Amino acid sequence: MELPEDLKYTREHEWIAIAGGVATIGITDHAQESLGEVVFVELPGVADTVERGGPFGVVESTKAASDVYSPLNGTVLEVNDDLPQSPQLINEDPYGDGWMVKIKIAAGEDLGSFMTAAEYAAFLEDEAGS
Amino acid sequence: MKRTPLYAAFQAAGARFVDFAGWEMPVQIRGIRHEHEAVRRGVGLFDVSHMGEIEVRGPGAAELCQQVTTNDVSKLVVGRAIYSPWCDEQGGTIDDTILYRPDEKRWLFCVNAGNIAVCLEWLTTQARGRADIEVLDFSPETALVAVQGPRASALVGTLGATSALLALRRFSCVETLLAGVPALVARTGYTGEDGFEIFVNAARVEALWTALLEVGASHAVELIGLGARDTLRLEAALPLYGHELSREISPLEAGLDFAVKLDGPAFLGREALRRQRTAGLQRRLIGLVAEGAGIPREGYEVIAKGRVVGRVTSGTQTPWLDRPIALALVESAEVEAALAVRIRGRDVPMRRVATPFYRQGMPPGLDDARSAKQGS
Repeated sequence: MELPEDLKYTREHEWIAIAGGVATIGITDHAQESLGEVVFVELPGVADTVERGGPFGVVESTKAASDVYSPLNGTVLEVNDDLPQSPQLINEDPYGDGWMVKIKIAAGEDLGSFMTAAEYAAFLEDEAGS
Repeated sequence: MKRTPLYAAFQAAGARFVDFAGWEMPVQIRGIRHEHEAVRRGVGLFDVSHMGEIEVRGPGAAELCQQVTTNDVSKLVVGRAIYSPWCDEQGGTIDDTILYRPDEKRWLFCVNAGNIAVCLEWLTTQARGRADIEVLDFSPETALVAVQGPRASALVGTLGATSALLALRRFSCVETLLAGVPALVARTGYTGEDGFEIFVNAARVEALWTALLEVGASHAVELIGLGARDTLRLEAALPLYGHELSREISPLEAGLDFAVKLDGPAFLGREALRRQRTAGLQRRLIGLVAEGAGIPREGYEVIAKGRVVGRVTSGTQTPWLDRPIALALVESAEVEAALAVRIRGRDVPMRRVATPFYRQGMPPGLDDARSAKQGS
């Protein structure tokens, strides 16, 4: 299970890379592994407003559909246009080519509430144990 | 949760498990798409030991079997099998089963795992006061292995090259030794492919399994989980109890007319089903292919002329045809209308197509011209 140190993580199994007021978001290796082969991805529109905790997209495997929740308030700057045609990128490269959206982070957002790689690893262990 | 005798074999193969009707069953091993394609192109092994085996014996056995099944079992000779739903007096579906006739004395129902208790109770109730009927549940001591795919006969034939086995026709069964293990081998399945279902004593199944894997290696055999079993059966438009069939859905509504013999011998629910047929069915099960982006899922609403006219009973992105497909129960008056499925608030247009979506030997991909013609 890959968990890059330079990323932040959420309890909804998303990763976030923050740089210059912009958050790049995708789902974690663990999330893609649990979903199985991703066969369909739905993304928001550019310039859409997203709310912390609100669904901004959907990732579907053969088995089921899963909402992807925005970890932040903000505005969609860019979406990964390769995903609708090549949803398997989420399985193949969840932290790279499988990224989903870039969001311009709203003013005053608390960025301290996300988990580090080590904290997320512990969270996964707790989840598996419960 | 209960485990089958093959749990460890799947665990060792790296399977992921899910709860299915109280059983901890493998859902996928190498991936649903990979497993699905292995069954369409080659051969796959399934552990379906969670399914139930209930035997009816005695001079009154034939009568009881006919009473509970909508199909005509009067012509079910030794060595043959028949698919049949069971109905309650209202025409609701209790279960859908395959009835095997291994010999003169035994009538063997294979029932769904989630319905074993209900089916047993149903048979026992009908047989009450009948000293000439015995109802026996062999589910706990019976393992069931399915070998499915175009190479299934080559694989099974290697393990037990008896003439009876090699000559086994579809919906036939024979008792034979397979890799030295006494087995009831039937040419039945739930994938839309050729294949076999093999009933053996749970204590002996590991020996058979090992032999299947050993011989299977040269046939590139794959282990298949319930995930691919579901996508395979859905492409073949085979009903899954609890989805396309239930106490609220009659076999006629589910389009199983071939297995409901309203003019054959009497059975429980026949009057209700005859009334449905005479009055015209309120709902029908139809096949849909998405014309837009999105995957129709179970429970999603079917829309015609801005109104909810039905619901999706099963839906997926099909691995072989590579399109979003669904079975849906829709008001009969609207099946010819322009239909959509409401996916997360958006009405995605759907095209009605003939079922099954997949027939044995069909190449990958959906032939739009073919399905459009048959769907009209």
